[in-house]
Amino acid sequence: MYEVEDLVKNLSLKYGRSRRSLMPILQGIVEKHNYLTDEVMVEVAKALDISAAEVYGTASFYTFLDTQVRGKYVIRVCKTITCSMKGKGEIMQTIEEMLKIRPGETTPDRMFSLLETNCIGWCHKAPAMLINEMPYTELTSEKVVEILKSYMKTK
Amino acid sequence: MINLTINDQKVSVPAGTTVLDAAKQLKINIPTLCNHPDLCVAGNCRVCVVEQKGARTLVASCATPVAEGMEINTNTLKVRNARRHIVELLLSEHRSDCTKCYKNTKCELQALANEFAFGDNIFLDLVEDHLYTIDRSSPSFTKDDSKCIRCQRCVRTCSELQYISAIAVANKGAQQKISSFHNKPMSHVICTNCGQCVNRCPTGALIEKTYIDQVWDAIYDPEKYVIVQTAPAVRVALGEDLGYDPGERVTGKMVNALKQIGFDSVLDTDFSADLTIMEEGTELLTRLKKALVDKDASVKFPMFTSCSPGWIKFIEHKYPEFLPNLSTCKSPQQMFGALAKTFYAEKKKVDPSKVVSVSIMPCTAKKYEADRPEMRASGYKDIDFVLTTRELAVMIKQAGIDFRNLEPANYDSIMGDSTGAAVIFGATGGVMEAALRTAYELVTGREVPFNNLNITPVRGLEGVKEASVKIEGCTDDWKFLEGAELKVAIAHGLVNANKVMADVREGKSPYHFVEIMACPGGCIGGGGQPIPTSREIRQNRVNAIYEEDEHMVLRKSHDNPDVIAIYKEFLGKPNSHKAHELLHTHYFERDSY
Repeated sequence: MYEVEDLVKNLSLKYGRSRRSLMPILQGIVEKHNYLTDEVMVEVAKALDISAAEVYGTASFYTFLDTQVRGKYVIRVCKTITCSMKGKGEIMQTIEEMLKIRPGETTPDRMFSLLETNCIGWCHKAPAMLINEMPYTELTSEKVVEILKSYMKTK
Repeated sequence: MINLTINDQKVSVPAGTTVLDAAKQLKINIPTLCNHPDLCVAGNCRVCVVEQKGARTLVASCATPVAEGMEINTNTLKVRNARRHIVELLLSEHRSDCTKCYKNTKCELQALANEFAFGDNIFLDLVEDHLYTIDRSSPSFTKDDSKCIRCQRCVRTCSELQYISAIAVANKGAQQKISSFHNKPMSHVICTNCGQCVNRCPTGALIEKTYIDQVWDAIYDPEKYVIVQTAPAVRVALGEDLGYDPGERVTGKMVNALKQIGFDSVLDTDFSADLTIMEEGTELLTRLKKALVDKDASVKFPMFTSCSPGWIKFIEHKYPEFLPNLSTCKSPQQMFGALAKTFYAEKKKVDPSKVVSVSIMPCTAKKYEADRPEMRASGYKDIDFVLTTRELAVMIKQAGIDFRNLEPANYDSIMGDSTGAAVIFGATGGVMEAALRTAYELVTGREVPFNNLNITPVRGLEGVKEASVKIEGCTDDWKFLEGAELKVAIAHGLVNANKVMADVREGKSPYHFVEIMACPGGCIGGGGQPIPTSREIRQNRVNAIYEEDEHMVLRKSHDNPDVIAIYKEFLGKPNSHKAHELLHTHYFERDSY
């Protein structure tokens, strides 16, 4: 609880308490915690003197501002046409089998979440995915296994 | 002035006027949907599109300001086809079970569909594909997302008029919806149940929760003794739903209609409004005495009125540190309820467990208030069912009553007498005026020093009003108030309440007594009143309220014979132990979201 309050306090000191600070503050929180809890949205609403429904409205508009529980590492596999044609399906299958989760789910240890995303601009090196903010491109099943293993080691 | 032509007719209007309003001057009708006179321009439904010469696309007339030399056409083939498709697209996402809908024939989308006289819809029906939620959690209203066309009138109402934003626009594209915080049930968020959104929703997405059938069941049950009370603001608005113009008073006809419907006793909330003045006025004077004579630092000022259940929930959520400032008086509805199953049942020799207490209110929050667990002072649920003005109009129609040709009737006795002071409770400033009429006389023995008892500074539709009354010539008991200047303020609409509260929080508020009503215009503009509403309509209803006051023989609460009698026979004196048990309440801090 105190951690949440401190984080929101620091971010609102950094960006100010006007309505326009809402986006940078939410992004700052997601950078640290991957998703927005109800608790943190209420804190942000208090800090900016707006309603919690407004904070939720803004957060739910943006795909990268998650309001559901997400793991430490959020995997977003590009689902747009080029990546689909270049083997996105196989990549998804590999990740699903390795992590034992379906798209939209999070591993029980809260390490990984698997999502699909619209185009992330790496069509020339398809198929591509993001893990948090890091892009991985020209993926193959073998490559994906190696990448995920390296994340599992970093726990 | 800006000169333009609309459909080849010349018009000149001030700069800043919208094309829509300019067209109105020429009596050219342009259909609208998301537009509402009380709210900011949204321009999202596109129904009002018109053709502007030289423009690449059609423009939304509600969101386009006039320009010099502009040439507008409101009735071209392009406009007609566009409007038709826009309405059809709105319908493709709207669950059109019109004949089973509570808003049937009162729905603005239905009216548009009627205007375009569709045969087959050329668009896919998308409602089936979505898992829509119907939120029935609030005791006051139902939120049905399958009928929502996302015009966002409700969102703008909640934010601009009420400063709550319990609902906002969430998600995007096809998933876009009007949502509370994280989709929580409306009963679990900051919503005050004021119903202003219900009053402005063009479709059946937001409707009051109706208890019409339950009331009919009680009336038809020979075991039950059904009492009805009517709030002051109902009599000046009910007519609108029965073919009268805004501002027509239908008090006597309404009473007769209620008797014909079959209520066993038709009584008046005005009676308990007068009682509220006795209790609240005494409470104010007692607080002043404690603060000024006993130097009791725990007494808080300003004291706030507590008649409006929407306002009560607002302060519980948003300014809980000021709950001690609230008058402990219940609202007139709940005072009436507590007495109906005690004093009245005793008088009428009816078993209180057989009494069903119904109230007709201009308000949806009253439904919530009646459900509050504290409101069981009689040992039963004090008020069983609350109906809005609109629901009463439905009942009158269901009963087959020819309202226009009804003879006026009088309220039944014991709790049916009222004064002009109680009537004006229905308009913003009315509680203040009624309280001043009584408190001033109590303290000085003379009438309040305003012409014909009309305390004009507290009247009118300005958002925040203030007034002061110098107290002179006090009787011996109240000498400590001699020469004091009683400072009061009045706010209506929660956005204005918030302005007052922000000053109070900053310690900048000089007032002793503040009246706050949750709805714009006070109860006459309540969420349960006939649709539509606008500033003009509210002004007409306010005028009718003051007319009603002027026509009353008694115009001061302490002169109400029923009130005098109930203190003598039952309650003792104002703020007595018994009065506290039955007529006063307490408040709770609530979450901020």
